[in-house]
Amino acid sequence: MKKLIVMLLICVVGFSAQAQEKKNKNAKVEFQVSGNCEMCKKRIEKAAYSVPGVKSATWSTETHKLNLIVNEEKTSALTIKKAIAKVGHDTNEIKATKEDYDALHGCCQYERK
Amino acid sequence: MQKQISIFILFFFYAFNSYSQDTLQEIKVKGNSKSLKKSYSLTANTTILTSKELLKAACCNLAESFETNPSIDVNFSDALTGTKQIRMLGLTSPYLMITEENIPSVRGASQAYGLSFTPGTWVESIQITKGAGSVVNGFESISGQINTELIKPINDIPFFLNFYGSTDSRFELNTHFNKRISDKWSSSLFVHGNTRVAKNDMNDDGFLDNPLAKQINVLNRWQYTNAEKGWVSFINLRYMNDKKQTGELNFDPDTDKGTTNYWGSEINTERYDVSAKLGYVFPDMPYQSIGFQNAFNSHDQDSYFGLNQYNIKQKSYYSNLIFNSIINNTMHKFATGLNFTYDQYDEFVNLNDYSRIDNSAGAFFEYTYDNTNNFSLVLGGRIDSHNRLGTFITPRLHARYNPWDKGVVRFSAGRGKRSANIFAENQQLFASSRTFDILDNNGKIYGLNPEIAWNYGLSFMQGFLIFGKNADVGFDFYRTDFQNQAVVDVMESPQQVLFYNLNGKSFANSLQVEFNYEMAKHFNLRTAYKYYDIETDYLSGTYQRPLQAKHRFFGNLGYETHILEKGKQWKFDYTLNWLGKQQLPNTASNPSKDRLPEFSPSFSIMNAQVTRVFSSTFEMYIGGENIGNYKQEKAILGNEDPFGTTFDTSIIYAPVFGQMYYAGLRFKIK
Repeated sequence: MKKLIVMLLICVVGFSAQAQEKKNKNAKVEFQVSGNCEMCKKRIEKAAYSVPGVKSATWSTETHKLNLIVNEEKTSALTIKKAIAKVGHDTNEIKATKEDYDALHGCCQYERK
Repeated sequence: MQKQISIFILFFFYAFNSYSQDTLQEIKVKGNSKSLKKSYSLTANTTILTSKELLKAACCNLAESFETNPSIDVNFSDALTGTKQIRMLGLTSPYLMITEENIPSVRGASQAYGLSFTPGTWVESIQITKGAGSVVNGFESISGQINTELIKPINDIPFFLNFYGSTDSRFELNTHFNKRISDKWSSSLFVHGNTRVAKNDMNDDGFLDNPLAKQINVLNRWQYTNAEKGWVSFINLRYMNDKKQTGELNFDPDTDKGTTNYWGSEINTERYDVSAKLGYVFPDMPYQSIGFQNAFNSHDQDSYFGLNQYNIKQKSYYSNLIFNSIINNTMHKFATGLNFTYDQYDEFVNLNDYSRIDNSAGAFFEYTYDNTNNFSLVLGGRIDSHNRLGTFITPRLHARYNPWDKGVVRFSAGRGKRSANIFAENQQLFASSRTFDILDNNGKIYGLNPEIAWNYGLSFMQGFLIFGKNADVGFDFYRTDFQNQAVVDVMESPQQVLFYNLNGKSFANSLQVEFNYEMAKHFNLRTAYKYYDIETDYLSGTYQRPLQAKHRFFGNLGYETHILEKGKQWKFDYTLNWLGKQQLPNTASNPSKDRLPEFSPSFSIMNAQVTRVFSSTFEMYIGGENIGNYKQEKAILGNEDPFGTTFDTSIIYAPVFGQMYYAGLRFKIK
């Protein structure tokens, strides 16, 4: 029993220590991604999550803003934009290829700038 | 007394009328929020009842707030205690984990009446989860979890008043006060009182149909919120005093208590609760948080049932530390932490002392995977060390998959373990001439072993459109398999209740088929058919669980008019419950006048309510329960000779009171 408690304490302490180290690894990043609907949302978020170092990704169907929390030691906004362009969605810096854009579902074919 | 009350009511009506005229003519546009929320994306099979749903059946406390919902069956109050037991997947509330803001609330000594100690107006929402449930709050849940969220001081309105009166002479008064003390602190004060002032005997058996009652219940909550720094805290202080008196009409506690002049009973409960919660969300990591909950309560019940004395006092302390974070990204989340529970029971059954101390410490880890699209999984485990249950592991699993649009399949499995408080949970049996006999003596809980059960469930829901209106069908099947159970046997003899460890099989299968349809705007239909097969091997053979209908049908119709200027609106609600025959406890050896058939007849119960919203600050409602006036023919066996051998008030399969009408009002200052 006693052992168990000690073990657990170590676990909890361990976690919080980890959490403190992470602090500078939790950069908030936000940029616009072109898209329309719920289906786009899923695709954009999935693409963002596929990049190692992305901890949280939320795209809003209303504002078209993608809110990210990323570990900047592992990745950058540009890498994420590239991953998103690959699935057909434009950002200010990286545009999707025509093939990737055309491959999108009908409701996701946003107006290109 | 009655005169006073009516004057009081008149005065209130008068006061409100003038009030509501004074209010500004302001139109508030409110979203058409749903009253019952079922999600396609949550992992567990959880239904959320919002406060809007709770208004559909205006009475009165938590036990009664499930009447418009098919997932939970509300049973009929026994003639004695007047409290309604709830069942989920066919199992009674001891097999559910009932929490208030995630702190276990109805447990141990409060098992029988605990739900009636939370007034309905305090409740913000209720989450009902079928199946094993999460490991975060403990190991006791077997067939489901019910979590109640109370109104948060920060969202509360400055003043709320609710008055309720009914033809069974029950009156309730709820007042809420709220104050914002600073931009970070808010506080609410909830004061509830209820009373039943007159003796009713609608079935002329010489016994009260409902107990005389008095309850005062006060809750003071404090909330601290600092969004910038990520801190949130709640402090709750609560006091409750509940007194019930029942039995024969002529029973007078002052002269007849402890005698055989007349049969009577009093149940007095006093309760204190103190709880504090502290939560911290890391400001730059919204997915990471720490929560720390502590609760202390003292529950003291003094009671007698005829010549049977039953006193129980429980002091308990609960503590839970939880840490939430992610692994790599928010597709992989986890929660981990520690629990500690301490319960000190002073329990006396007549002259027998069953006092004891229970304590347990445990650790849990729960992993959640969500592919952010169509699949999620919650896998949890905990290890606990309990002075009576031993050291054991509790695994739980929930999974969800959306095969196509608006379709969701869910699966759950898990184990639960608990010590049965056989006297507290079955105290309605004290109001009979039954002797209590525990046949085993090797176990650590009243001589019995802990109850262990596995629960498995599969459910499917599909939403679609019929003539452009939303509809959904649902199907779910759950099975609970008891490895051990503290069997409560009323099948052996009408003069005995036996408790023993399960020897053989005991299981509960439940199947529910649901169809819901929005027939027109603001016009909703809910229907459900439920099949329960709950079988236990008793000493005398295998029977269905007594007082449980094998087939049930549920229907609910709700209609609301459009909201007009100043919030004017009508709301109508109608609920139908049909119950098939129920296995009754064995009374075959009684003389014929005190004998019941093997099964009860089938019957149906109808409830209805109309609410008139006069403005966004004032509304009134009127309703009826059991409008068809169905009454159980013989509610109390041996009522002519309550100190004789056949006396039994516990065999209640239908309403005793018959039809009941009520009216009430709600007044708010926003």
